[in-house]
Amino acid sequence: MMISQFFVLSQRGDNIVFRDYRAEVPKGSTETFFRKVKFWKEDANAEAPPIFNVDGVNYFHVKVVGLYFVATTRVNVSPSLVLELLQRIARVIKDYLGVLNEDSFRKNFVLVYELLDEVIDFGYVQTTSTEVLKSYVFNEPIVIAPARLQPIDPAAIFTQGAKRMPGTAVTKSVVANDPSGRRREEIFVDIIEKISVTFSSSGYILTSEIDGTIQMKSYLSGNPEIRIALNEDLNIGRGGRSVYDYRSSSGSGVILDDCNFHESVRLDSFDSDRTLSLVPPDGEFPVMNYRMTQEFKPPFHVNTLIEEAGRLKAEVIIKIRAEFPSDIIANTITVQMPLPNFTSRASFELEPGAAGQKSDFKETNKMLEWSLKKIVGGAEHTLRAKLTFSQEFHGNITKEAGPVSMTFTIPMYNVSKLQVKYLQIAKKSSSYNPYRWVRYVTQANSYVARI
Amino acid sequence: MPPPAASSRYPSPSQPSGKSEVTDLKSQLRQLAGSRAPGVDDSKRDLFKKVISYMTIGIDVSSVFGEMVMCSATSDIVLKKMCYLYVGNYAKGNPDLSLLTINFLQRDCKDEDPMIRGLALRSLCSLRVPNLVEYLLGPLGSGLKDNNSYVRTIAVTGVLKLYHISASTCIDAEFPATLKSLMLHDSDAQVVANCLAALQEIWSLEASHSEEACREKESLLSKPLIYYFLNRIKEFNEWAQCLILELAVKYVPSDSNDIFDIMNLLEDRLQHANGAVVLATVKVFLQLTLSMTDVHQQVYERIKSPLLTLVSSGSPEQSYAILSHLHLLVVRAPFIFASDYKHFYCQYNEPSYVKKLKLEMLTAIANESNTYEIVTELCEYAANVDIEIARESIRAVGKIALQQYDVNAIVDRLLQFLEMEKDYVTAETLVLVKDLLRKHPQWSHDCISVVGGISSKNIQEPKAKAALIWMLGEYAQDMSDAPYILENLIENWEEEHSAEVRLHLLTAAMKCFFKRAPETQKALGIALAAGIADFHQDVHDRALFYYRVLQYDVHVAERVVSPPQQAVSAFADTQSSEIKDRIFDEFNSLSVIYQKPSYIFTDKEHRGPFEFSDELGSTSITPEVSSDIVPAQQFEANDKDLLLSTDEKDDNKGLSSNNGSAYTAPYESSNISSQMQELAISGPAASATTTQSSFDFDDLLGLGLSTAPAPTPSPPLLKLNARAALDPRAFQQKWRQLPISLSQEYSVNPQGIAALTVPQSLIKHMQSHSIHCIASGGQSPNFKFFFFAQKEAEPLDYLTECIINSSSAKAQIKVKADEQSTSQAFATVFETALSKFGMP
Repeated sequence: MMISQFFVLSQRGDNIVFRDYRAEVPKGSTETFFRKVKFWKEDANAEAPPIFNVDGVNYFHVKVVGLYFVATTRVNVSPSLVLELLQRIARVIKDYLGVLNEDSFRKNFVLVYELLDEVIDFGYVQTTSTEVLKSYVFNEPIVIAPARLQPIDPAAIFTQGAKRMPGTAVTKSVVANDPSGRRREEIFVDIIEKISVTFSSSGYILTSEIDGTIQMKSYLSGNPEIRIALNEDLNIGRGGRSVYDYRSSSGSGVILDDCNFHESVRLDSFDSDRTLSLVPPDGEFPVMNYRMTQEFKPPFHVNTLIEEAGRLKAEVIIKIRAEFPSDIIANTITVQMPLPNFTSRASFELEPGAAGQKSDFKETNKMLEWSLKKIVGGAEHTLRAKLTFSQEFHGNITKEAGPVSMTFTIPMYNVSKLQVKYLQIAKKSSSYNPYRWVRYVTQANSYVARI
Repeated sequence: MPPPAASSRYPSPSQPSGKSEVTDLKSQLRQLAGSRAPGVDDSKRDLFKKVISYMTIGIDVSSVFGEMVMCSATSDIVLKKMCYLYVGNYAKGNPDLSLLTINFLQRDCKDEDPMIRGLALRSLCSLRVPNLVEYLLGPLGSGLKDNNSYVRTIAVTGVLKLYHISASTCIDAEFPATLKSLMLHDSDAQVVANCLAALQEIWSLEASHSEEACREKESLLSKPLIYYFLNRIKEFNEWAQCLILELAVKYVPSDSNDIFDIMNLLEDRLQHANGAVVLATVKVFLQLTLSMTDVHQQVYERIKSPLLTLVSSGSPEQSYAILSHLHLLVVRAPFIFASDYKHFYCQYNEPSYVKKLKLEMLTAIANESNTYEIVTELCEYAANVDIEIARESIRAVGKIALQQYDVNAIVDRLLQFLEMEKDYVTAETLVLVKDLLRKHPQWSHDCISVVGGISSKNIQEPKAKAALIWMLGEYAQDMSDAPYILENLIENWEEEHSAEVRLHLLTAAMKCFFKRAPETQKALGIALAAGIADFHQDVHDRALFYYRVLQYDVHVAERVVSPPQQAVSAFADTQSSEIKDRIFDEFNSLSVIYQKPSYIFTDKEHRGPFEFSDELGSTSITPEVSSDIVPAQQFEANDKDLLLSTDEKDDNKGLSSNNGSAYTAPYESSNISSQMQELAISGPAASATTTQSSFDFDDLLGLGLSTAPAPTPSPPLLKLNARAALDPRAFQQKWRQLPISLSQEYSVNPQGIAALTVPQSLIKHMQSHSIHCIASGGQSPNFKFFFFAQKEAEPLDYLTECIINSSSAKAQIKVKADEQSTSQAFATVFETALSKFGMP
């Protein structure tokens, strides 16, 4: 399971950090890697797979915030282990730097070396726990100004959603002190759900899935024990016994197909009262990942029409309707639709009084793009586009266009109805009352409507 | 490593200016070295940072080595760490200077702060300078006994580092024994885990020359030790858990209770959020239950859900690693995943490497119950904006069509693709329709009517064009325009750049001629003339061959070029089952990602944990070892080494990438037979031999041989050494080195085929003719053998690869010989021996 080298490259291929643990891989591995990734295939669309072999050296990489985190080895290792490790290294570094990007990385590369020294020794993983690492790492992070931060992680979206959330909290280093010199006692629990839905051309749901995570980031001193209570009507695993499970169709109860847990989580009373107990380690980590294919109400209904309107013309109408309560507001919505290849021009007609909407036709990839700053629950929005073609077409125009895909974020809303009923912190004293933030968010993973 | 272009924030880069900056640094460092002024550590920090940053981007800063060491006298731990990092990086290249560091590192190893002791010990062991190892022994010895666990973990890994610098020093100091005792008694889990990792590495490397190490290595797999680890697995961190699980995979359980005990101990590991832990657990479960069919199947059901959750919870990269493993499981047991097909639908924003994997999985899962839905979904992708994925999707539909019995609905779908009028869609579809017709000629009527309507002008891709031309020739009687389309294409001979297409044009013109002579005669004449004048050797040879055969006898020509159609039963692109099993044995490794066994892409010393399974695993997995075939079984691994080389070749012949193979002959061996045809015409004796009325490939073959280079008086006097022996490894090496001196095809008599139910029957038979089997594999109808024989009284070896297809009753052999001139004589002996196979 040993890796030989670890390095981080910028998007342009510069070394940001480079560590050789076993001196088994010849020099120039960073260049070899970068060339291979950049020019993977003559086909421009094909992305380099995360694992490949060049001259007996195996290269593993994950892309995080535009940076390549790379490991090399000559050994036939477990691929999941290395990829997991790379992702984990990125997370540890983020815990330390607060914000992970090329700038913060470059400013703190000595600290990163310090971390790497403790994370891996002679190619063997020692620890990736921020908590454990804290006692070995002495550099103070140089925290970059929050103003320069970019929204890079799901948690960053909260800064736009709810005003009462302290936006910088989630980008706070686990070790850095506040300017005031005092650490605020607080804990964040985020329920993040990524949903995938495919609608058929006639509008019914072909596939739907929720991939959820309960993410935690604790800034509590003294590592108190925490109990999280989930819905009492939560059920896990419907695969085997769905035949006898009448509840699944009645709509009551949350049925997860499957879930897994962080190693710190104890499930002693999970079966009886659906509570998870844990002593949260420092840093950000997923308490629980879950997957759900139980039917749910998709947050948006999409209706698309494409019609020929003359010899070289066609009209597209896209209607989206928000199917969630009116006190919920979705933000950063984009709608995309590939248009027929011979489309030369598209003119748009937004609804009257539309604010915060933009529409565009990307000539290079023949893509219609419609973006909306926000959509209030219950609202409906329409886009009309007139297309001009450069040549006559034959056959079915619907086969030449679509499907329509959407991305969006809906804060304080989750489609699965999974809830954190309460978040209990073992008390140290009666005056101890740290801030607890329990936040929900729904995001589109793959939200597609065929036409 | 040349320095990459640095960003504006780091104005250091190009070598020349880098050099002057380094000199600058050097003098600044020197000034600070002796200073004890307040704030000096801060200035040092800045300078050290600069040095490290140069080092990172590849500027050689080794020239400041001395100054760095001088500055290292400090109590500032951040400074110390930077200094250690620097020293570790440059010590190897500056062994003399490294001696300077020994002093302060050894002193730090005795520091009262355990952190400093640990760091210093780690740096000391990382110097990688062989003549400094004597300085390591003392600090390592005390490090292993340190009362601080941080120091002990570092010391344990330090022992491994020492082993890699000087194995004998490490063994002589009896460090492995100390590690073993620490592994069993230390209270710190990470110390224990590092001991396990270090001992596994050391003993595996030692095992090749030390029996004791071999025993020690096996003792790691003893029942008490395995349970010692598994019982306390939760005390270890997730990475160490992977290490333990990887060890447990190699454990051979004593009975079924043992198996269930282990599975119960590890059951909750399947709920771990770390995919590596889950996959390692899955591997333990799969390997443990291999011999228990029912339980094995339950394991599949059990692991399905956790793996699917991991696929959707991680980054695309992590999903890819998990999906690759699911892919392997899906291909092994498609029925278990048949109802989960929707999980493998592509999402529009997934990277193409994930999509491709999913398409393959959908193809594998398709069965009677889900084909309709899967094909419907795949058809959606065919209109995808990503052209590569669209192509793959169409190929997937084609593959499903080929593997299903009831292809009716799918054929319609495929034909609908042709109506989409997208060039690449049409091109892919044509290739698939061609393959479909080769396997299911009964669909010709439906397909041909649609294909006939395609304008050949719109088809540019060589493979698609070749497919269309093949269909025009093969079904000339059903397509009224066939001769005219061909004529049109032939008239543009000069513009046709692909030799593959020109070869097909020749063959199609011939076929068409036999069916509709009056309409094709003129075109065929032009084609043959153009072909003979063609600069491409294959095209030239084929044209000349056709010309001569036609000249000789038109009926013979027809029998050769246009034999009655026969359906292809299986395409030769599937990986052999041994390869698949081998990859399965290497579950949770790169073998699964690359879909190749590890010996293909790693050298022996880097196969890592699988060194164990080579020896232990294979015997437990292949229980039916009968005594007289031991040599073949024992060296199964090497056998597979060899088998794969041809397997890859087969891949190339496969569906998706039909190379220049002629579709004339209805067998997989079409390539060979067409080569033989070509061989035949270049022979000067051609007309003489073809006067025989019987005309089959064997005759052609004989013909080809008579023209073989270096004709020998082929005396059948070759005597073989009945007791010859060759180590499979030597065989393998030889096989790689020697060129093929002879390649032939024989018919196997029916009695022989009847006797060839298992490879062993032939192995025994050949052995009685002093031809010994080194390795064998395969199952009906394809068998593959590697034989070895030695000339009597002389150490000259003959290596033979023999592939027998029992349904076509053909044996293809390739001979490699130390003495090329007698390879024909050997082949004769071989053929004689083979011909007696199955005879009473």
